[in-house]
Amino acid sequence: MSEFGFLDFNLVPLLPEVFLALSAMGFLLIGVSFGDEARRVIPWYALLALLMTGVLVSQVSFDDAIVLGGMFKADAYSGFVKLLIIGGVMATLGLSMRYLEQEHIDQMEFYVLVLLASVGMMFMVSAVNLLSLYMALELQSLSLYVLAAFNRQSPRAAEAGVKYFALGGLASGMMLFGISLIYGFTGSLDFGTLTASMMVMQPVPFAVIFGLVFLLAGLAFKLSAAPFHMWTPDVYEGAPTAVTALFAMVPKLAALALLMRILFEPFAYLVPQWEQIIIFLAVMSMIVGAFGAIAQSNIKRLIAYSSIGHIGYALIGVAAASEGGINAVLLHMLIYMAMTAGTFAVIMAMRRGGRSVERIDDLAGLSRSQPILAYALGILMFSMAGVPPFAGFFGKLMIFQAAIGAELYALAIFGVVASVVAAYYYLRIVKVMFFDEAVLMLDLNVLSGPQRFILACSVAFVLFFILSPSAFIDSTQLAAAALFPGR
Amino acid sequence: MDVIAVFAPFFAFVLAGLLNRQIGDRGCQIVTCVGLLIAAAASIKLFLDFALGDQMPYVRVLAEWVAVGDFKVSWALRVDMLSVVMMNVITIVSSCVHIYSVGYMSHDEAKGRFMAYLSLFTFAMLMLVSADNLLQLFFGWEGVGLASYLLIGFWNEKHSANAAAQKAFIVNRIGDFGLTLGIFTIFLVFGSIEFETIFANVADQAETAFVFFGHEFHALTLIGLLLFIGATGKSAQLGLHVWLPDAMEGPTPVSALIHAATMVTAGVFLLARFSPVYEYAPFALAVVTVVGALTAFIAATIGLTQFDIKRVIAYSTMSQLGYMFFALGVSAYGAAMFHLMTHAFFKALLFLGAGSVIHALSGEQDMRKMGGIWKKIPVTYVLMWIGSLALAGVPFFAGYYSKDIMLEAAWARDTGVAHFAYWLGIAAAFMTAFYSWRLLFMTFHGKPRASAEVMHHVHESPPVMLVPLFVLALGALMAGAVFYQPFVGSAGGHEASAAHHTEPAHESPERWNRQAFWGPAIQVRPGNDTLEVAHNVADWVKRMPTVVGVLGIVLAFVMYILQPRLPGRMKEIFSAPHTLFYNKWFWDEIYQFVLVRPALLLGRMLSLGDRKVIDAVGPDGGARASGKIATALSHFQSGYIFQYAFVMMMALVAVLSWFAFRMG
Repeated sequence: MSEFGFLDFNLVPLLPEVFLALSAMGFLLIGVSFGDEARRVIPWYALLALLMTGVLVSQVSFDDAIVLGGMFKADAYSGFVKLLIIGGVMATLGLSMRYLEQEHIDQMEFYVLVLLASVGMMFMVSAVNLLSLYMALELQSLSLYVLAAFNRQSPRAAEAGVKYFALGGLASGMMLFGISLIYGFTGSLDFGTLTASMMVMQPVPFAVIFGLVFLLAGLAFKLSAAPFHMWTPDVYEGAPTAVTALFAMVPKLAALALLMRILFEPFAYLVPQWEQIIIFLAVMSMIVGAFGAIAQSNIKRLIAYSSIGHIGYALIGVAAASEGGINAVLLHMLIYMAMTAGTFAVIMAMRRGGRSVERIDDLAGLSRSQPILAYALGILMFSMAGVPPFAGFFGKLMIFQAAIGAELYALAIFGVVASVVAAYYYLRIVKVMFFDEAVLMLDLNVLSGPQRFILACSVAFVLFFILSPSAFIDSTQLAAAALFPGR
Repeated sequence: MDVIAVFAPFFAFVLAGLLNRQIGDRGCQIVTCVGLLIAAAASIKLFLDFALGDQMPYVRVLAEWVAVGDFKVSWALRVDMLSVVMMNVITIVSSCVHIYSVGYMSHDEAKGRFMAYLSLFTFAMLMLVSADNLLQLFFGWEGVGLASYLLIGFWNEKHSANAAAQKAFIVNRIGDFGLTLGIFTIFLVFGSIEFETIFANVADQAETAFVFFGHEFHALTLIGLLLFIGATGKSAQLGLHVWLPDAMEGPTPVSALIHAATMVTAGVFLLARFSPVYEYAPFALAVVTVVGALTAFIAATIGLTQFDIKRVIAYSTMSQLGYMFFALGVSAYGAAMFHLMTHAFFKALLFLGAGSVIHALSGEQDMRKMGGIWKKIPVTYVLMWIGSLALAGVPFFAGYYSKDIMLEAAWARDTGVAHFAYWLGIAAAFMTAFYSWRLLFMTFHGKPRASAEVMHHVHESPPVMLVPLFVLALGALMAGAVFYQPFVGSAGGHEASAAHHTEPAHESPERWNRQAFWGPAIQVRPGNDTLEVAHNVADWVKRMPTVVGVLGIVLAFVMYILQPRLPGRMKEIFSAPHTLFYNKWFWDEIYQFVLVRPALLLGRMLSLGDRKVIDAVGPDGGARASGKIATALSHFQSGYIFQYAFVMMMALVAVLSWFAFRMG
């Protein structure tokens, strides 16, 4: 860092984010100038912009450059997570295009907001200062609040948006309070400086730990980790399915990546303290994820609980506090994203008489009317439940291995028990599709080309992961290693 | 070439399996047959490259598969003479069976599914033989088991077919358990499951001891025995053979391909592949010899008395597999592979011929209801003769060369065990000839015993079924004479001793001798080379199999043509042995009594305790509790923001209090 602080304008590591932000604003201008004409092309431009951003991310050298006066760090870890984010957002857009048309909400603002949220998420994973972290988080959150209520005509969507916004505001408040406590007692917001002061301040003051608890509570909200998950089922159900798909896949990953950076960089010396919080969150999330879903009849609510449960498993990996743990978390999230993308493609195919339906019972008899769709969802559900040889099994396996490596035996056993309970409701979907008689048929041939493509990719990934797991594990390992420099 | 040979059936399977409805039955048939023909062409090309050209063995790595610490496994094709020979046998017989099935299954409803399964089987079998490591081999091993299960139970509306499929699967599980234990042991001893590493280090591990169940064992012997247990299951050797006769419930092409020509020989292949290991495990070899010889003998005795045409051939298959195993047991790996190949041709021919007969007689399989049809289906009749002549080892047919060399090798080994195998083998050869001609005479000669209506319908099979039979018949006629020299022939200097076998008519290429032909694929320790000695054994040893074979044929002629009342008299005189043979030595009954019933009883008892105690507290109670927890949780999910916020704040306060309390 130069002595000029903010004047240190090395923008190269920032290139992807800058490009994406400018594209988003450009699309806004295009949309305003051309109106309806732009509606057709903006989605493809958005995909192209994301693709370009992805290329830029992969081209930026990960030499751990810290720029913007110590606010932003580009390393292998952030690079990998950013690529995942971009992949997830692209999958969401691919899934959304046809859906938005069908629901008559295909306005170009949707794409602009998604891109801005992506910019926010990319900054989140690169933030190495509590201030930039908060800014990035808010950029992401504000975009998502609007997206949740994007279907203005629907009272349910509006309700979802308000709930998310109000509770999100509360969570942000908690975070800010936590950050101010930490700042007050250490005198710094910078991760590097914080690490240094934690090292010398032993024992760490009480207030710093309180600050950390507040900070983690706010982040747990973004992660939808129990008991800060209450918004999740309502928002997942109320928001348009395209937005739900985005919520389920991407922001959690960004928040988790952010959480891991905070825990392993500035608070690396407080492992015994934060481990207790993470274990608490993990256990609660697994309980809520496993048992909450049993009573659900709406498939989007079910996915909401499933995502809570999966965050619970991911937090086990975080609690392991090891490189292997982070590696497992990243792999788990990668696999979870892939499975979720496919699942949402099937949810979007659930339409009857041109209107979307969301009850699990609506899937009855799918194996006869649309066998390919039924088998695809069946495979995805088996994978979600963690049945070998599908991909989902390996994600969980690595997580539990990491937990056992860290001697968290009780937590690992708890995770296995929770996934047995969770298997019940995943398999219930299979049972409904294959063994229940349909009362009314779902519409045929609902899915568009991109949606089919994403479903096919997702199923292929789940099926064939076992053939070459090392292809993915190698890259997660590389990313995880970046959080442990010289260790 | 190797990739095409292995993966063409896979793509055929994928196309026929997934796009079944789109391309229709005809499309499935075309896709799978073409896929197999391509694979067969590629295999033959490979073989020619190896046998006539100067192609060296190689390993083609396709992709990395698993890499966990020191444990590294790749998808790789190991192409050497052993795998190439197997690939040729598999693809050629499989092509014939595929084409034959087009005709045979023409009245069936699920033609596409059938063809897809056949291709899946072929792919799995090719994976098995071309594996470069034990995991991939196991993948193929289980794959063929799966395909076999699916195909035995193909007519799944038949209860007996389902039962047979399950029996095959469960009995094979026992063998597979041995195989997996063998793989684990190999990994523990050698630290790798790649063939290259294992074979290179065998000599170093020759003295290693291994603790297993608290006892010390010679590591290589233990490995040999465990792998042999796996082979016993797959290749229906004595003890684990009970599934094979029942497997005849499947459609006849399946019996020909899987339960005669290819899958059941997987065990033979496995042992031949592990020849470097077995060479250091003489005790394991002795066990293989004894089990093989007993299987050859006992299966032949059962074959004498059966009436179901397919079961007779099934027992003959089992008996021939027994021959192959004792040949392996006396280190005559080349001879075993030789018989494997010739047997694949003539046994597939016999099965498909039997299928042709069954097809002609509207599905009748009982030989007591056949007879007198040879004039109506002359082509099938001639083909069955060729197959039987080859099976019985009549001179100049394929089986003559391969069976003789195995028996000679057994004699040449010159140990008690090997001589035991020789004499049992001779006895089995006699019975083989007898029951083969019993089958021919009962099926084709004498008075028609079928109903007039069935007889009226007797017709020759369509060309699509006969052409594959011609190909196989050619193999049954020629394969022995042509490939004698490279598979088992002398390395030079012993030409004279082998002279009473016809030499190949064409000029011998450079590779056309045993050592150069197999290359490093089969390794025999100096001093164990029984094939070398086998060419020089006494003349009576060599002539014996032929003599008893001809005697068997003559006896069958006397009993079933000249004096048709004789079999009944014989049955009365030898009623005790007949009962024993007819009831298959009571193997099924013994298993039923010793294993199945106690297991069922135990299971019932345990299930009672299970349901009343464990289930009530565990799963059932857990499930009930889950429902309650779920309801309780849903009370929190009221939909009111203030309540959600309240929960969040309470959680925060709880965590803070926890820390305050802990650190306080």
